[in-house]
Amino acid sequence: MTTHTANAPMDGETPAFYLKEEHHPEGSTMLGFWIYIMSDCLIFAVLFATYAVLGHSYAAGPSPADLFELPLVALNTAMLLFSSITYGFAMLAMEKDNKSGTLMWLTITGIFGALFIFFELYEFYHLILDGAGPQRSAFLSAFFTLVGTHGLHVTTGIVWLITLMVQVGRYGLIAENKRRLMCLSMFWHFLDVVWIGVFSLVYLMGVLG
Amino acid sequence: MSSNANHSHHSGDAHGHDHHHGGHEASHGTYKSYMTGFILSVILTAIPFWLVMAKVIPDPAVTGAIVMILGAIQIIVHMIYFLHMNTRSEGGWNMMALIFTIVLVIIALSGSLWVMHHLNANMMPMSPEMMRNMP
Amino acid sequence: MFSNPDLYKFIFGRLTLDQIPYHEPILVATFTAVALGGIALLAALTYFRVWGYLWKEWLTSIDHKKIGIMYVVLALIMLLRGFSDALMMRLQQAIAFNGSEGYLPPHHYDQVFTAHGVIMIFFVAMPFVTGLMNLVVPLQIGARDVSFPFLNNFSFWMTTAGAIIIMISLFIGEFAKTGWLAYPPLSGIAYSPDVGVDYYIWGLQVAGIGTTLSGINLIATIVKMRAPGMTFMKMPVFTWTSLCTNILIVASFPILTATLALLTLDRYAGTNFFTNDLGGNPMMYVNLIWIWGHPEVYILILPAFGVFSEVVATFCGKRLFGYASMVYATCVIMILSYLVWLHHFFTMGSGASVNSFFGITTMIISIPTGAKLFNWLFTMYHGRIRYEVPMLWTVGFMVTFTIGGMTGVMLAIPPADFVLHNSLFLIAHFHNVIIGGVLFGMFAGVNYWFPKAFGFKLDPFWGKMSFWFWQIGFWFAFMPLYILGLMGVTRRVSQFDDPSLQIWFVIAAVGAGMIAIGIACFLIQLVVSFMKREELRDHTGDPWNGRTLEWSTSSPPPAYNFAFTPIVYDHDAWWDMKNRGYKRPTEGFIPIHMPKNTGTGVILGVLSIGFAFGMIWYMWWLAAITFVAMIAITIGHTFNYKRDYHIPADEVVKTENERTKQLAGQV
Repeated sequence: MTTHTANAPMDGETPAFYLKEEHHPEGSTMLGFWIYIMSDCLIFAVLFATYAVLGHSYAAGPSPADLFELPLVALNTAMLLFSSITYGFAMLAMEKDNKSGTLMWLTITGIFGALFIFFELYEFYHLILDGAGPQRSAFLSAFFTLVGTHGLHVTTGIVWLITLMVQVGRYGLIAENKRRLMCLSMFWHFLDVVWIGVFSLVYLMGVLG
Repeated sequence: MSSNANHSHHSGDAHGHDHHHGGHEASHGTYKSYMTGFILSVILTAIPFWLVMAKVIPDPAVTGAIVMILGAIQIIVHMIYFLHMNTRSEGGWNMMALIFTIVLVIIALSGSLWVMHHLNANMMPMSPEMMRNMP
Repeated sequence: MFSNPDLYKFIFGRLTLDQIPYHEPILVATFTAVALGGIALLAALTYFRVWGYLWKEWLTSIDHKKIGIMYVVLALIMLLRGFSDALMMRLQQAIAFNGSEGYLPPHHYDQVFTAHGVIMIFFVAMPFVTGLMNLVVPLQIGARDVSFPFLNNFSFWMTTAGAIIIMISLFIGEFAKTGWLAYPPLSGIAYSPDVGVDYYIWGLQVAGIGTTLSGINLIATIVKMRAPGMTFMKMPVFTWTSLCTNILIVASFPILTATLALLTLDRYAGTNFFTNDLGGNPMMYVNLIWIWGHPEVYILILPAFGVFSEVVATFCGKRLFGYASMVYATCVIMILSYLVWLHHFFTMGSGASVNSFFGITTMIISIPTGAKLFNWLFTMYHGRIRYEVPMLWTVGFMVTFTIGGMTGVMLAIPPADFVLHNSLFLIAHFHNVIIGGVLFGMFAGVNYWFPKAFGFKLDPFWGKMSFWFWQIGFWFAFMPLYILGLMGVTRRVSQFDDPSLQIWFVIAAVGAGMIAIGIACFLIQLVVSFMKREELRDHTGDPWNGRTLEWSTSSPPPAYNFAFTPIVYDHDAWWDMKNRGYKRPTEGFIPIHMPKNTGTGVILGVLSIGFAFGMIWYMWWLAAITFVAMIAITIGHTFNYKRDYHIPADEVVKTENERTKQLAGQV
């Protein structure tokens, strides 16, 4: 919103029609990034819709109940959830201008994220080895694409995290870096929100049949 | 609707014009709020996993409904405690963008399911043998 | 060539010498013309030593005005390509009777109609609309630039890269033969194994990134960067329609991105989303693509509606009638556009209940559009109308678009649509609304804002010639198609058996010829205006006695737009300022904070062309290298923290003093 609420001037006066000092509009970055997140949400919406429509087309192949190992999924969910809380701690450290604390919590976040990807790749590898790869049926195509796209987003987040750690390490917690950390924070938590949808709709509902 | 942005002057900073508050007006959490969100999320994750893995409720439709509802609640928990979603951030625009997106997601999901269900029922995809055996 | 076929295949993928169409005379002739013209252009640029100027002042510019102009230039160039496709089709259809097969064999004709649609929608209409919004919106809200100037430059180059990818398909390989939406299973790997659909996919994905980011940029700009006092309900109507358009862009293009990605996976990774077997469902593609496709057409038309609102108010010397209802109507259209998509495939078989729902919603969405039309008419009523060229386009729009809209309501009735779906009646309808609405709006906007962008008006005589040839040509070109459609003629057909149809196709071809003259008149208008620019010079910055803030700046505006940010009290802020004794400040100028130019956008655009080429031709090494390079350059770019500078106060003083002199020279 604008920084002034201008009122119509008194009769007879020519009002001030311009600002004498430099105009500082509010920063757009947080809103802009949030809108980007909303657009990413819609990409996932298409993938969820595709999974919902095609998710029962097993083509006489394996079904979710045949394939999904829920303990592994639970472990993965824990990894992502922990990474969310550790990122939260990184943000708390950032607010206190504690550079080393921020970097430490970011490192731990990255490790949890990397573990998430590792376990997911492990799962994919074994599915493909068992003949349940994305080409086997529409259900599997939808599964791999939805979960895989989420994984690609997490991977991108990790690359971004490492880049930011280098930048914070080098330039400190300047305003620009704080802004970037807040954007990554939105991104990271958003990915955890999407994962809630994934483990609920794909894995748990899938096993229920 | 006037904002309460403060124009603190950082002399010597070569930053873009959104340098002055970078979201201090935007909410951030506290240790307590992050832990609350975390504990709630753990509970809201553990319950559905337990219900499905231990086959607690015999009716899968009921279990399914509980899973989806708890998932929706956990999403809200994430929104509030991790994403600091409220009606004030960015002058209410964050909330408006979120609501608009949710509405569109609901339209796309339910619309697709409704349309595709009808299409499949009327125009069922066929295998080559079925097509060969059509009257 | 190489003695080792595996090495050859690794380097060149599936690119071989016979993918170059040297045995197709039309393409050889086109290539020769393009090559000669291109070489001549490059030689001229080198001779006049303008490369440095072009790079520094235009290609690397983050100035929204320059980026807007470049978008419009792209749109006009691609209009010539897309229109050539139209002329080729009209000629073929006019002669392919009585056993004659015409001159365009089906495998070539199919590429022509596909390219025509893709180019006109994605590389003419979208850049045109984006260009005008970029040029005008920051000026209308009293801002110096958009929220994310670098992203703006990057968005432009991604759009251009997409256009280049499509153009390459003309000379290396071929284009898709599937129609502009590339429905599977025809567009799947089994039925279109060649490169055409891949050119389509990558051209659109690259351009789509640019479009989506541009949408985010303009939303943030309008929300965050309005001048003090400009509340939402005091924004110009063009800014309102731009806001709604960009919301639609951000809320619909991700759907296109994801859907095309699924098709890509089917083609590259053997998945089964839209195949005929292993559980795939091609109807899901149609469903998803139209959830994007319907908002897309509103993305095209809403900015045109915005242009008309500004033009009508200015050239009738009256405040726009019903400002609030205009805003509400635009927002309602924006929301309802998500509830009508199935009307594009009534005949696919979803049944009566689904069809009725969407038929009703489609009819409802015509109501707010009608409300807008009445508001324009009421604005004209008792106004002092000046029939400058923008106003001519506007009146032409009102008649032409309304008829197109009415045929749309006819198509919205599902039983009627069962007869008319995919007939030439449909073709006539959407050309009626897109040409009559979008294109006429763009030409109105170009004529209206050209003086602001370049400092001199466009020649009115050639403008009027262009308008009349377009208007009359349009009727000759498309009214026969309504008749043919009602008689049962299907779209995308290149040869006919029934000789009684020929006369209508001949009339349509004549109409296309008239439109060609209209385009030629427009090009002549540009040249003549440039030659007569001193005579047509805009000295005041306000050549039309305008009402909104862009007319308070000089023509063209300085890089910083406003020396001092305006304060707004009412609608039609500039009109308000003029009426209340505003005095332009002539002193007290301060240094102005501006972003720097950047070459990163150009480089990323070029790399994305390389990436697309590698993916299309299965040259995986090229795709991998360009992909990694794009990531590396993007990350490297973020290490540059020094992206702005200050325009020193005395430079501002100098610029403003020159304007003071220019204004004083006017009596």
